[in-house]
Amino acid sequence: MKKVLMGDHAVSHAAMLSRVQVISAYPITPQTYVVEELAEACRDGRLKAKFVMVESEHSAMACIIGACAAGSRAFTATSSHGLALMHEMLHWASGARLPVVMANCNRALGPPWNILCDHSDSMSQRDTGWIQFYVESNQEALDTVIQAYRIAEKVLLPVMVNLDGFFLTHTAEVVDVPDQDQVDAYLPPFSLPYKLDVEDPHSFGAICLDDNFMALKHDMQAAMDLARDAALEADEAFAEIFGRKYGLLEPYRMDHADTVLVTNGTITGTAREVVDDLRRRGVSVGLLKVRMLRPFPFAPVRSLLGDRERIAVIDRSVSYGLAGGLACEIRSALYGHDHGRPRVFGYIAGLGGKDVVPSDIEEIVNRTLTYEQPPRDDIWIGAGT
Amino acid sequence: MKRHLRELQPFNKEAEDKHIREGHGLHPLDAYLKPGRIPHIWCPGCGLGVALTAYIEALHRKKFPVDQCSVVSGIGCTGRIAGYLDMDTYHTTHGRAIPFATGLALARPDLHITVFSGDGDLFAIGGNHMIHAARRNVNLKVICVNNFNYGMTGGQAGPTTPIDAKTSTTPMGNAEPGFNLPHLAHASGAIYVARWTTFHPRQLVHSISESFDRKGFTFIEVIAPCPIGYGRPNKLGDGLEEMRYYREMSEVRNGADPGTAEIRLRDKILVGKFVDKERPDFLENYNNLVIAKAQAGKKGRAA
Ligand code: SF4
Repeated sequence: MKKVLMGDHAVSHAAMLSRVQVISAYPITPQTYVVEELAEACRDGRLKAKFVMVESEHSAMACIIGACAAGSRAFTATSSHGLALMHEMLHWASGARLPVVMANCNRALGPPWNILCDHSDSMSQRDTGWIQFYVESNQEALDTVIQAYRIAEKVLLPVMVNLDGFFLTHTAEVVDVPDQDQVDAYLPPFSLPYKLDVEDPHSFGAICLDDNFMALKHDMQAAMDLARDAALEADEAFAEIFGRKYGLLEPYRMDHADTVLVTNGTITGTAREVVDDLRRRGVSVGLLKVRMLRPFPFAPVRSLLGDRERIAVIDRSVSYGLAGGLACEIRSALYGHDHGRPRVFGYIAGLGGKDVVPSDIEEIVNRTLTYEQPPRDDIWIGAGT
Repeated sequence: MKRHLRELQPFNKEAEDKHIREGHGLHPLDAYLKPGRIPHIWCPGCGLGVALTAYIEALHRKKFPVDQCSVVSGIGCTGRIAGYLDMDTYHTTHGRAIPFATGLALARPDLHITVFSGDGDLFAIGGNHMIHAARRNVNLKVICVNNFNYGMTGGQAGPTTPIDAKTSTTPMGNAEPGFNLPHLAHASGAIYVARWTTFHPRQLVHSISESFDRKGFTFIEVIAPCPIGYGRPNKLGDGLEEMRYYREMSEVRNGADPGTAEIRLRDKILVGKFVDKERPDFLENYNNLVIAKAQAGKKGRAA
């Protein structure tokens, strides 16, 4: 059924449709509507789940880890400093191989205080063993949360679905909300192979030193490798039932494009417009949206970008002292492989909610076409420098 | 229909500055506020203005120059207080006002350091810090504005939301009991514990001034209306109605056992000064027990 939903509510609808059993959260702007709607749904019987508002995000993550370890499908949502506070528990969820799903409403980190969108919160958590998606629309947010449970439960790793704060979370769009029967067919009831079960007791989280620790970490990396295929499978199966499909990456007008823009999140929508406009004016530019950031889709990135001349990556966060995170990942994917050597231009834009408007993206394309070589690894747009 | 839109004036920094210069100082307590930051962001009927005024009045009464005072706040509507005061203030991360202020109190024991924050900040995400600072008896004046919910994020249930109260995350009524803050502060070791509502501004000013005379961890709870987040879902009416509610419900009982001061929805609220006792603060103990011994040991070795 078509509904007009804000991104936050698209996410809560997805959690309901996924029949989550335990929800634990702590309020933070711009995530609050996600959990308020879920609290409401638990009240009016739309969702049979236990909802607990705990005393911090660290506790929220710990709580859903406990629920999942007991075999329940568990969910939380957070943002920014909340995600940063969860850091320890993020490692714990992935290390314990618990397939929990979390929505993160991307927001800048302070100081100075800022509640608006950028990706510094989730980009800081890339090494925690979580699968990460970045979505472009409210429809994609809803669909990705449902897909996330299928992927997570297949490879036993947690999934973080990132949606841009305010640009998606607080903006209403038409969203096709799937029928419960169809989602039930897509997402069977959750069953965890190893769980806390008094009938079949196990010890979890026990100490494991130099004997097995590394082997278990290697297993996690192997599960990440499987996650790419699991995500493709989840996407294909989703398309069969619901008719929508996203891929790990989404190429847009990349035929014969010498220059390719690389984006994630909502900047992609603006970039599509600019690419259409530039194509009309005869500039051979294409666009690649990176939907899945962890595991990083190395092979398709190589085959899609390897023989281009110039790549312009737009990052909505910075790794201080290095450059934009996405630009670095694209560079590392392309280096040392058997193809041409595109010049990768890394741009930093849209920090702390700064709008990235079509003229900014046009400037990025112009600069990319004008520079002989990248003047530095991070080129800042809109910092007033 | 034809609409007449007001003509947009380009922003004139000079005129703005002039306006601020001329407007600032009209109120006798303006000296404590940052020029240009008022009007504040709080909703009409919010109790935070009363709490801030009471603090400023207390400074005024004690004749403390602002450069001997510092305010540390956490996150939420109360956290904004740090930004309005024209003194050294720090708006820290959620829950961390007390550990931040502890560092400040150890580095600058000469300052009057006040932690001004809300119930959610001090007792949920920062609850652990609160009980340990009280146990240690760090010389901090904590003013906790309690409005029974997370106001800034839209009225979710928090650590003080009374059982059965409605919020945006407890639409059927809260299944958890709230903290009795004076009891918790007392049990954790605070040397001075008081509670007033914003209907008791004089008593509040008196308590804040009195707490400045105590050396150690003091705790003052200020019950404040939040007509938006708490008043509305619980049918307490607008800000004024909520003030009336606190007038009707509060019962002054100085010296009451904080254990009896639990707050329930639509039930009486005990207010007053509950605890006022003496015990050595953290620095005094540290100087006597650690520094003195270390120096004695040094002398012993030298001899
Ligand atoms: S939400 Fe509540 S606490 Fe915050 S400013 Fe409004 S009335 Fe005050």
